[in-house]
Amino acid sequence: MDTIYDRIETTARDLYIRALKDIPRDVRDGLQRAHAAEKAGGHQTAERVMFTILNNIEVADKKSMMVCQDTGLPVFKVSIGSEAKIDVAELKNRLRKGCERATAEYPLRSNTVHPLTRKHTGTNTGQGVPIVKLYFVPGSDRIEISMAPKGSGSENTSFLKMLNPSEGRKGVKQFILQCVFESGARPCPPIIVGVGLGGTSDVAMQLAKEASTFRKIGSANPDPDVAQLERELLEAINQTGIGPQGLGGATTAMAVHIEWAHTHISQNPVAVNMQCWRGERAEAVISLNETEVHSHGTL
Amino acid sequence: MAHYKLRPPLTEADIRQLKLEDTVTIDGTIFGIRDATQIRIFDEGIAPPADLTGSVCIHTAPGVRKLPDGTYEKICIGTTTSTRMDRFVPGLLQQYGVRAIVGKGGFLQGSVDAMAKFGGAYLAIVGGAAALETLQIEEIEKVWWEDLMPECLWKFRVKDFGPLIVAIDSHGHSLYRDIQQRAAERIKSLSQ
Repeated sequence: MDTIYDRIETTARDLYIRALKDIPRDVRDGLQRAHAAEKAGGHQTAERVMFTILNNIEVADKKSMMVCQDTGLPVFKVSIGSEAKIDVAELKNRLRKGCERATAEYPLRSNTVHPLTRKHTGTNTGQGVPIVKLYFVPGSDRIEISMAPKGSGSENTSFLKMLNPSEGRKGVKQFILQCVFESGARPCPPIIVGVGLGGTSDVAMQLAKEASTFRKIGSANPDPDVAQLERELLEAINQTGIGPQGLGGATTAMAVHIEWAHTHISQNPVAVNMQCWRGERAEAVISLNETEVHSHGTL
Repeated sequence: MAHYKLRPPLTEADIRQLKLEDTVTIDGTIFGIRDATQIRIFDEGIAPPADLTGSVCIHTAPGVRKLPDGTYEKICIGTTTSTRMDRFVPGLLQQYGVRAIVGKGGFLQGSVDAMAKFGGAYLAIVGGAAALETLQIEEIEKVWWEDLMPECLWKFRVKDFGPLIVAIDSHGHSLYRDIQQRAAERIKSLSQ
């Protein structure tokens, strides 16, 4: 019989492959809205781009193909219930093995290289990869795994600035707009803009990744002031006219997500991380008392 | 906004007729190149082992499976961000006669100028739409510099490859530059 660790390994493998093939429902809906907006706005090039994106997703569904060639760097977000009582070191080991199996068995293009020598590992794993973010949930016996093969076009448009507190809300908005402007066509718009506000510099970057990659389009931050800023920024970003693929149009971003942490009185870190239109993400829940893995895709 | 069906090798006249936001589809041969391919050509000074005169090059590192007979089966072929490889554009056009580059994300002003001078165009593909691209590539015909895998020099046979959008033409126009200039003005007024 498969152990819980075997199930974790197989789930990691399956999630890696599924995230590359099955676009999440909320992202599909966002892309449909973008297509409708470009059509209504009479922007022919933008409408053609959005049509091609939707057509590509349909073809990938029908033929069981990957949506985009970038198999990314594997990032896992794992929420472990306190009652799950598992060996976290072994869990991390099995997530790595799952990535290696996906890469060898599908096969997936491997992207992982040494940052100086640029030498390939060939496995989509390596020092510090996969990236695993652990969270702990009291009272639960479940292990929730979200997986994102984060693509490089969007990851290369990442920004961090330690603002002066005196720059205030206006400074935060200006910086984020400037990041979107500097990114232009490169992160494959229409994008999801992830913002990390507060904490220390490293925490701000982590929050930005959580916001761009693991939050669903249509979700709002529970803090009403932050949610208000999300709405204002989305409206402003879509007035830039950068548009789908940076070729002009009404939809530069499908969403702006902000995650925040308290910070020091004399600092205000703002981090920005983009997610491309693919919005790759796949999720599964493993329960200690069931053998079944609950995996929710759209296909 | 006209539509053109092109079959490489392309002439200067083929390129000079293209205007911003025209669409193009390609039949025949295109070459796949990426960062490492162009580092070898330009930084290491090793001439490409294929004649690129009149060619269309695409920025890609395909996902493939090597078959027992040494050929490659396509798994997923898509396009990467061109902007990283901006510095190689003048050389590709002037030294090797490349006529069109297919990519996403666009090039900077130096490349726009080079395209005007030497008669080149940048054809934007929809980035991330790799399922369509993979189906439009009929066959991987040849691979050089396999030691750079997956950033080799690839020769693909394509059919109805596109839609590609003319985003930099051979007359000094860049759709990216126009859009970014407008965006800069809007951001300025939004930040008041």
